[in-house]
Amino acid sequence: MIYFTALIAIIQREALRYIGQRERFVAALVRPLVWLLVFAAGFRAALGLSITPPYLTYITYEIYIIPGLCGMILLFNGMQSSLSLVYDREMGSMKVLLTAPLPRWWLLFCKLVAGAIISILQCYTFLLIARIYGIRMPTIGYVTAFPALLVGGLMLGALGLALSSFVKQLENFAGVMNFVIFPMFFLSSALYPLWKMAEAGRLLHDICAVNPFTQAVELVRFALYAQFNLPALGWSLLATGAFLALAIWGYDPARGMIRKKG
Amino acid sequence: MSALRVSDLHYRYGSKVALNGVSFSIDEGQFCALLGPNGAGKSTLFSLLTGLLAARQGGIAIAGHDIRTQPRAALARMGVVFQQTTLDLDLTVAQSLRYFAALHGLSGQTAAKRIDEALDRLGMRERASEKVRALNGGHRRRTEIARALLHRPAVMLLDEPTVGLDAPARAAITNHVHDLCDDTQMTVLWATHLTDEVRLTDELVILHKGEVLASDTAHRIAGDDPLQTAFLEMVGETA
Repeated sequence: MIYFTALIAIIQREALRYIGQRERFVAALVRPLVWLLVFAAGFRAALGLSITPPYLTYITYEIYIIPGLCGMILLFNGMQSSLSLVYDREMGSMKVLLTAPLPRWWLLFCKLVAGAIISILQCYTFLLIARIYGIRMPTIGYVTAFPALLVGGLMLGALGLALSSFVKQLENFAGVMNFVIFPMFFLSSALYPLWKMAEAGRLLHDICAVNPFTQAVELVRFALYAQFNLPALGWSLLATGAFLALAIWGYDPARGMIRKKG
Repeated sequence: MSALRVSDLHYRYGSKVALNGVSFSIDEGQFCALLGPNGAGKSTLFSLLTGLLAARQGGIAIAGHDIRTQPRAALARMGVVFQQTTLDLDLTVAQSLRYFAALHGLSGQTAAKRIDEALDRLGMRERASEKVRALNGGHRRRTEIARALLHRPAVMLLDEPTVGLDAPARAAITNHVHDLCDDTQMTVLWATHLTDEVRLTDELVILHKGEVLASDTAHRIAGDDPLQTAFLEMVGETA
């Protein structure tokens, strides 16, 4: 019972902090909307898309890019929450969390769930704005996308958590942009389908295919059409497990990552 | 039974020795001051006591529970006030306390009752709905002490809790915690580098360069001199 009480409290805290920082909410929405309304609109003419699953007809580029932009929200939030973890650690609220009388893996997992739920709220706001703009998914897709977004959110949150325990200089957001966010985003199926990448080069295609971010984006892409993509789910869960294990190991007190000389 | 026992504790950061064979114990209901200059190893000791760091050598028992083998039982009996502020600025006092209560498995009416009690105790009841951002340093500290009381810990650990406070706030917090110790039989470990926060009746552990120089009641350690003089002589001699 205490496990559940703690989970709810950690989600509530994350939500309260989020509501307290409205500019963060707006900023998080502006980014994918700029990509959708400016980049995608301009790019539509340049890129021809053939009919590949889960799409049954020719689609516009704006429709193609929607799952990738949901992924972008999850990715940025995952990294941002890892930055806030480093900041939190300085401020000490991570210490408060980790001195609660619960297993550390559970506390870290709760933190990830809380972060993922905030990300999902942003994704739905984004999908709503896109719908008003005229980019519609099947209605059922908005429901079936939820578990896919949750898996994606947990995976990228776990990656951020792992990074926050290993990279000391994470305060530097530019570093995270260059070495994590850009490679993950551009070397994925978020902007171009994998077969398009294959035309550009086999190696490029293979890198994109093994990128866990690609798997998360494909999972969301299929889920938005109420379709199940087992390989994408498998890879995403595997990556989530691996990142989470790394994060829990990173926060092991014997490794002394939370050090404060005094 | 000792409420807190530290035995032969060693810790090093790489090649730099932070704690070198630290041992002391505090009896139930006692106020123990941990006095040491900056860099003495106080914060490292606190990280080890709270399980944020793990020592390769030595043992720590909180209310009879070993921090390494029974971390959850030990943490459940422990209230902590860290040196840096650990409050969320955008949350209200009540929200911060509810969050912490839930981390210790307290919710609903029980949590509400404990929060009211703790805030009353620290004279913070009327500020429950204020955002932490709006509080001054002294009130933020009081909020953190109230928070650490919610789960009725047997042992309270405070790491330089008066850092950055003005003289009246410092005196008020010091008195509050001494009173707590007298009224509730709670055991307190209070780290500080300021001798005026130590009363002569308190237990006192003097830590310097990772080693315990003295461990006794303050008036015995001070002898006929003011504590300040005795303390400076001790750390000066070995410096």
